[in-house]
Amino acid sequence: MIELRDICKTFKVAKRNAGLGEAVKALFRREYSEIRALKNVSFKIDEGEMVGYIGPNGAGKSSTIKIMSGILTPDSGECVINGRVPWKERIEHVKEIGVVFGQRSQLWWDVPVVDSFELLKDIYRVDELSFRKNLNELTELLDIGEIIRTPARQLSLGQRMRCEIAASLLHNPRVLFLDEPTIGLDAVSKIAVRNFIRTINKERCTTVILTTHDMQDIEALTERILLIGKGKILLDGTLNELKKRNSTYKTLVVDYTGERIKTVSGLRVTKDLDGHVELVVDTTLLPVSQAIAIISSQVDVSDISVMGATAEEMVVSLYKEFEI
Amino acid sequence: MRKYLTFFKIRFANGLQYRAAAWAGVATQFAWGGMTLLMFWAFYQNGKNSFPMTFPELSSYIWLQQAFLALFMAWYFDNDIFSSVTSGNIAYELCRPVDIYAMWFIKNLAVRISRAVLRCMPILIVAIFLPKPFNISPPASVISGLFFLVSMALGLLVMVAFSMLIYISTFYTLSPLGIRILATSVIEFFAGGIIPIPFFPEKLQTVVQILPFASMQNTPFLIYNGYMGGSQIFWGILIQACWILGLVVLGKILMQMALKKVVVQGG
Repeated sequence: MIELRDICKTFKVAKRNAGLGEAVKALFRREYSEIRALKNVSFKIDEGEMVGYIGPNGAGKSSTIKIMSGILTPDSGECVINGRVPWKERIEHVKEIGVVFGQRSQLWWDVPVVDSFELLKDIYRVDELSFRKNLNELTELLDIGEIIRTPARQLSLGQRMRCEIAASLLHNPRVLFLDEPTIGLDAVSKIAVRNFIRTINKERCTTVILTTHDMQDIEALTERILLIGKGKILLDGTLNELKKRNSTYKTLVVDYTGERIKTVSGLRVTKDLDGHVELVVDTTLLPVSQAIAIISSQVDVSDISVMGATAEEMVVSLYKEFEI
Repeated sequence: MRKYLTFFKIRFANGLQYRAAAWAGVATQFAWGGMTLLMFWAFYQNGKNSFPMTFPELSSYIWLQQAFLALFMAWYFDNDIFSSVTSGNIAYELCRPVDIYAMWFIKNLAVRISRAVLRCMPILIVAIFLPKPFNISPPASVISGLFFLVSMALGLLVMVAFSMLIYISTFYTLSPLGIRILATSVIEFFAGGIIPIPFFPEKLQTVVQILPFASMQNTPFLIYNGYMGGSQIFWGILIQACWILGLVVLGKILMQMALKKVVVQGG
């Protein structure tokens, strides 16, 4: 159970213009500007949920994650995770969470990955038996059995990220925070990571909070999304709800036999192959049902599917809508 | 406790593997100790009575200093700690169930002890067989020898507790370099690293003796060579214990304050 209420956090940032003169001036008088990274952020996440936390760069995603993992202390507001306030009972709190920061490494650079795992085992006081069991399971699921005997510095980014994720789950945390876990990964590694996260969420009932810029991550993984922009929670809902919100356009994919389809107003062809066509329907002008009726009256339809906007497009339109 | 022991073991093992560095260190310390003694020898030729210690006492002091240099060197700092703060990797350390202060403390202890273990024996053994009065003498008495060991352990703790303050300052300044250089020279001088504290002017001595720096190498070495005896041993060790307590409490408070407003660098 995670509950945040009215969390605020401000950072002080030193500022100066470019140039030597300005640098000298800054020696004597430094100008700070306050950045309100989080403004009254509130949300509630239940046990076992998987939540996508999205927003543009600098929106406050990482700050929220850092507050929830006990690293940062907010200026005001309440946050209770599994009955504890993270920054007040940091040590007890972090025993039950796992964190992956996609842009940093927790693995020990010069030694084989498995040595880092052993160290984590001691830090979290995982007993030998459950450690072995866990390690076997994780290495199998993430397919890292071959590479954990290699020093971390010699791993590729994708390999390393899989090891990072395994490292953060060795102590069987109840909550897993993933801060951009798929950043910079190739398609194969991304899919492996996504599958793994889904499995962990289902089988261990681990609550997962995931920040990402990759909309495929969101589509593949999360039911619920939180949109943050300029430090405020703008939206909290399921992916489908969101889709409905901006579903003025639908895409129809049609396989057919017969003459070429004639379009009407509100119906536009985006891809036209022999026997396969993709059309965009503007639902303000033409209901989808009517569009299907028009098409099927013209040709012999063998397959038809209706698709909403992709998550990617939705998020861009959301950013526009909220002017962030 | 076990997790801190693990940190200790790792750092200790890590420190033991640099054998070439250890041999180079041994050679340097021999040369340095020899030169220091020859310099003092020249002064002593002029008039033994104007000095606070006898020459054999001084020889013991200098060789102990060289042998256990790694325990009390003021310029040693763990760069991993500085970079974890300045790069923001401390974020990961903060989401582990460990006390950051204790972890850093243990790491420093381990490195210093591992280095000293490698270096002290060759220096001590050779120093025993040097011609008189340039050799190291046995401890002034059995009592002195025992309290020397206790006091050296305490001195090491004072040293590490003090360097913790420098590490913690990185949270506030971001660049540890300035404070490091300043602290290194201040510690080195007032701890008796350059000339032993008994050689200081008397008025200065009374002040210096109660500073934390005198509780690092000064107290154990002076106990060993018998310069400090009887109740002086008791007071010396008491001051050491007070400084450990004071510095650890101060460090923990500063650390707590720093962590409350910590900013993780680099997003």
